[in-house]
Amino acid sequence: MEGKGVPGEDAMIRVTRKVEFSAAHYYHNPDFSPEENRRVFGKCNNPHGHGHNYVLEVTVAGEPDPATGMVLDLKELKDILQREIVDRMDHRHLNHEVPELAGKIPTCENIAAVIWNLLAPKIMQGRLDRVRLYESPDLFADCTAESNGTGARA
Amino acid sequence: MNGPLKLSLTRRYRFSASHRLHSPNFSEAENQRLYGKCSNPYGHGHNYVLEVTVTGPVDPATGMVANVGELDPFVEREIVEAFDHKYLNEEIPEFGACVPTTENVCREVYRRLKTFPAARLERVRIEETSKNSFEFAG
Repeated sequence: MEGKGVPGEDAMIRVTRKVEFSAAHYYHNPDFSPEENRRVFGKCNNPHGHGHNYVLEVTVAGEPDPATGMVLDLKELKDILQREIVDRMDHRHLNHEVPELAGKIPTCENIAAVIWNLLAPKIMQGRLDRVRLYESPDLFADCTAESNGTGARA
Repeated sequence: MNGPLKLSLTRRYRFSASHRLHSPNFSEAENQRLYGKCSNPYGHGHNYVLEVTVTGPVDPATGMVANVGELDPFVEREIVEAFDHKYLNEEIPEFGACVPTTENVCREVYRRLKTFPAARLERVRIEETSKNSFEFAG
């Protein structure tokens, strides 16, 4: 509603929505020898693939609109996640059936980055703050904007 | 709109250990007042959950910030084997002169993991119980 610049830290709210999808994948680099693939990727290199119940947490940051009290309409975010991610990836083989991942090894890191790139242009209110993708309850990747992260890196 | 992205990878580990919160710099009464039942003389234990976050460029050849196949044995060796089923006060030398609160355990775990060669250690987070957790980012 009002002219928005970069929201002040103190006024900013983060909103997170979670969805799940189940998919198959395997890790294989065609430039590696079979032995090297086995050594680097271990059982994840099994050519028949294996699967996970992925849990995706998407965080959008912004100042709540004073008229609605919302950073964005969560129902809209839910629809975006369904359309852009779940419809694309759920019950699919990520190596073979998701064009955005073609030529990439579908690790948590790469899938999270693809999800970021699919979602960023669709979020019209607030801005995409973080994509967190759990491959299992004990392993997840976070994708954020470099400029927004706390850690500079080499 | 779409600048460079930052990727990090977080892995969760578990260890069970006992500790006692007690400082020789305080009187018995002060220890009791400050640490309460955590100061009971024989110690007590927790099922700790350790979250290790590493960050860095994604290697195009592997698609990974760090290979879990390398991170797991490193954390197992440096932390889990050293801490699991131990009495932290007596069996971890660094806690000889430092109360093993989970704040201090975070710092010690961070110090030990900082040498991980394949990616930059970004953060250590420890759940002492399901109701409290502590983070250290260096």
